[in-house]
Amino acid sequence: MLGTILTVFCALFFVGIINRTKSIFSGRKGPGILQPLKDIYVLLRKGSVFSTSTSFVFQIASSITLASIICAMFLLPFVNEKAIISFKGDFLLFAYLLAVGKFFQIISALDVGSGFEGMGANREALYSMLLEPAFFILLASVAMLTGYTSFYEIFSHLQFTENYSYIIGILVVYVFVQIAMVENSRLPVDDPKTHLELTMVHEVMVLDNSGFDMALAHIGTSLKFVIYGNIIANCLISTQLEWFYQIGLFLAIQFGFAVCVGYLESFRARNKMMRNPQFLLTLTSISLIIFFIGLIITSKLVVNQ
Amino acid sequence: MNIIFLLTLVILSFGIFFVPKRHKFCLSFFLHLGVIVLTSTWAIQALNGIEKLSFDNFLPHFWTSNAHLKIDKLSAFFILIVNFTCLTGILYAKGYLKPYFEKKTAMAFSIHFFSFLWLHLSMLLVTMMSNGLTFMIAWEIMSITSFLLVMFDAEDKTVLRTGINYLIQMHIGLMFIMLGFLTVEKYSGYFSFEGIKIYAETHSNFLLFLIFFVGFGIKAGFIPLHTWLPQAHPAAPSHVSGVMSGVMIKIGIYGILRIIASLKTDFFEIGSFLLTISIISGLLGVMFAIVQHDLKKLLAYHSIENIGIIGIGIGAGLIGISIDNSALAVLGLTGGILHILNHSLFKSLLFYSAGSVYSECHTKNVEQLGGLAKKMPKTAIFFLLGSLAICGLPPFNGFISEFLIYSGFFKGMYNAALYRSVAFLLSIVALALIGGLAIFCFTKAFGIVFLGEARSEKTQNAKEVSAIMLFSKFLISIFIIGIGILPMFFVQPISKWISEIFSLGIDEALIHRKFDFLPSLSIFAGIFILTAAIILLIRYLKLKKVNVRRNVPWGCGYTALTPTHQYTSTSFADHYATLANPILRMKKHFKPIEEEEIFPKNRHFEAHSEDIFQTKIEKIAEKSTYYLQKLAFLQTGQLQHYILYAFLFILLVFGLTFFKIL
Repeated sequence: MLGTILTVFCALFFVGIINRTKSIFSGRKGPGILQPLKDIYVLLRKGSVFSTSTSFVFQIASSITLASIICAMFLLPFVNEKAIISFKGDFLLFAYLLAVGKFFQIISALDVGSGFEGMGANREALYSMLLEPAFFILLASVAMLTGYTSFYEIFSHLQFTENYSYIIGILVVYVFVQIAMVENSRLPVDDPKTHLELTMVHEVMVLDNSGFDMALAHIGTSLKFVIYGNIIANCLISTQLEWFYQIGLFLAIQFGFAVCVGYLESFRARNKMMRNPQFLLTLTSISLIIFFIGLIITSKLVVNQ
Repeated sequence: MNIIFLLTLVILSFGIFFVPKRHKFCLSFFLHLGVIVLTSTWAIQALNGIEKLSFDNFLPHFWTSNAHLKIDKLSAFFILIVNFTCLTGILYAKGYLKPYFEKKTAMAFSIHFFSFLWLHLSMLLVTMMSNGLTFMIAWEIMSITSFLLVMFDAEDKTVLRTGINYLIQMHIGLMFIMLGFLTVEKYSGYFSFEGIKIYAETHSNFLLFLIFFVGFGIKAGFIPLHTWLPQAHPAAPSHVSGVMSGVMIKIGIYGILRIIASLKTDFFEIGSFLLTISIISGLLGVMFAIVQHDLKKLLAYHSIENIGIIGIGIGAGLIGISIDNSALAVLGLTGGILHILNHSLFKSLLFYSAGSVYSECHTKNVEQLGGLAKKMPKTAIFFLLGSLAICGLPPFNGFISEFLIYSGFFKGMYNAALYRSVAFLLSIVALALIGGLAIFCFTKAFGIVFLGEARSEKTQNAKEVSAIMLFSKFLISIFIIGIGILPMFFVQPISKWISEIFSLGIDEALIHRKFDFLPSLSIFAGIFILTAAIILLIRYLKLKKVNVRRNVPWGCGYTALTPTHQYTSTSFADHYATLANPILRMKKHFKPIEEEEIFPKNRHFEAHSEDIFQTKIEKIAEKSTYYLQKLAFLQTGQLQHYILYAFLFILLVFGLTFFKIL
């Protein structure tokens, strides 16, 4: 419960912090941290324009997408406090739940009947498909290391104390940051600031969303970011700490993550569209490295001294 | 008494030929109903009872003395699945065949309904026969009736060709099954599944399994034995493809399971083999599916993918048995076998929905469809439901079975040795990739067919299909949602039966502990539905207050948008197809626009992929036809010559026996 409250709290400021970081690095004054919240508030009260082609799918899609993200959040624990729902294999449900959201987002884009939206839809479908192996190898590795199959048990048993496990810790965090970037359609795979429809991925999918639905999409983006930040924090925070340290550390990690995203976005160029699959497969190979280190730690793979 | 009832139904089935055309459906429906009620009672008795239900010598004694009908838990499970899918199939057929009523002769209808009834009967019989010979006869009836059903539209030359292709492949499969039984009989003296048990005690189980696997695998459609499947399913009428894909190919899985249940050793080799070939089938199946233009062909390739998932589960379970990992064994086998049920549900639902689209728009080519969600909203909802379920998304049934298989692997990872860990990891990655590709495929299929604007005038006259067609889909949907939300009522019984069939020796308490996550899954499904409902309610209330308009979509300043501006199925898959080209071998035919051509004229673009396995088989077939044609000179058409051949043959046999070669 505490985890969920903290996650929602962080979500309020996350995108604002990213934007502020970017504006600082580019030497602009930039909008305030609360600007995204105000935008959402305005959008929630606005009227909507729907494409003439849309059917019932478009009407329900953005709501279901947001519901899937919110429910995915319920599955995340807070260090050594159980999640609202926790059971063996809950991380599978987590991954598949986010896929439900993606499914509805893609079909709602196809429902609009414009030439652009299909473009974004197929790219997003392809990239999230290519991202799947990295995520599952990562989960399999930590499940193998700890011997448990739920978020709560894994996080409370994942301790980076040995020599090799430092490497794992660094790599896990790296891969999760990258996965979060891709899942949220950020650089280097996608650029939310681009103004050319032909190079958009996610933005072009929500081109024809307006008003309430657009607000839901924005809320979803913020939540998705903090959800991944939550996973990263859970990996790093030790269970031995006092609860107030844990909360402090959690907030610090989320803040650091937001700054990190802003930093990466300021100094990174986006990939050429055809290079994206390669980038995503690189992530898979990094998670394979994690798996092999896991094999060494569990002494299944014996390295000659 | 019961047996007499069954035999009466069998005799009455010939009555289909003699009643008037408009009553044929009625009669065959009641016959189906009779069969369903009768065999389902048997099946339920068998599932509840400890004793095997069996009927001895139900056929006249002079024919064979070994014709037992035996129903154990494995047969009972399959009987229930077959019955349910055939029930929805015959209901759907009533609506689907209506436009054909004037076009087709009474005889065509008789043959069709008769074959459908006998396909149903033969599938049931296959699961009940324990004797090899009667098993093969029932198997053969199944192949021939399904062949006749595929040939319903045989005026079409491609259908004819497909049908013949199907018939030949099925007989190659039958040959291997016969070979398997003969091998067993030579050593054990029994031409039956009992014989396999005796044979398995002393001989290599793996080799015997391989022989049977080829035979049953052709029916099931494992790659590379699948080539009949993507041709036969689209050619058949939709209720037939639903039943063929939903249950008939599962009878191949039944055969494999029956063999495994009779085997004693070599489970590790068999499991690894099954796992490998299933991963290949799963991945390639869905990869080929994405680039199909024919909606039913796309679904057919997905059947191969799902057979792969079933195989992954069973393979994992067998490996679990061999390394004494009860978690992997129970979760893998339960997941695989639950997926048999799940796939029969959502695949028949998808085929029926595709059939509804075909009967309204008269095309299966997705490039000509679009925007049907507004014209056929109910069909669209059913297709969407089927798509979500087949992608394994929560809270629907496909997720439950995939979840079980995944959990098996994740649990198996922890104490497994190096190579097994790597193998399990690869399986997890394969499952994840299959899931991702399936989402890619079904967002495409649903999006292109039902959403956006119509791509051709074919959809002009489309309207919602008849109530009976929707009703059969509704029946299936209940189970899809039911299994997804309340999995414990299905998973635990199945795992109990499995531990009995494969004599895992796992008690109920342990099974209960292995599946302690099921209640959480259903609570979660409830939370998810509730959250979505709340958001939708807020949205509804909010939108009532504000100004809502409809307008053309954003066209980047260009306002004369036409439906042709939309993404097509080919363009949706283009980026993917480029990546996967080494496997798909996409071929594009078009004339590029030249530089001087300022105002381009009408152009033609065509893209299609090639199934490497099919091209290989066709090449072999062509070669052998070439050589066989050289033997054509023997076909003189003169009676004397044929008598001479027969005489020479007798001489040959005589000579061979004389020299003790035969």
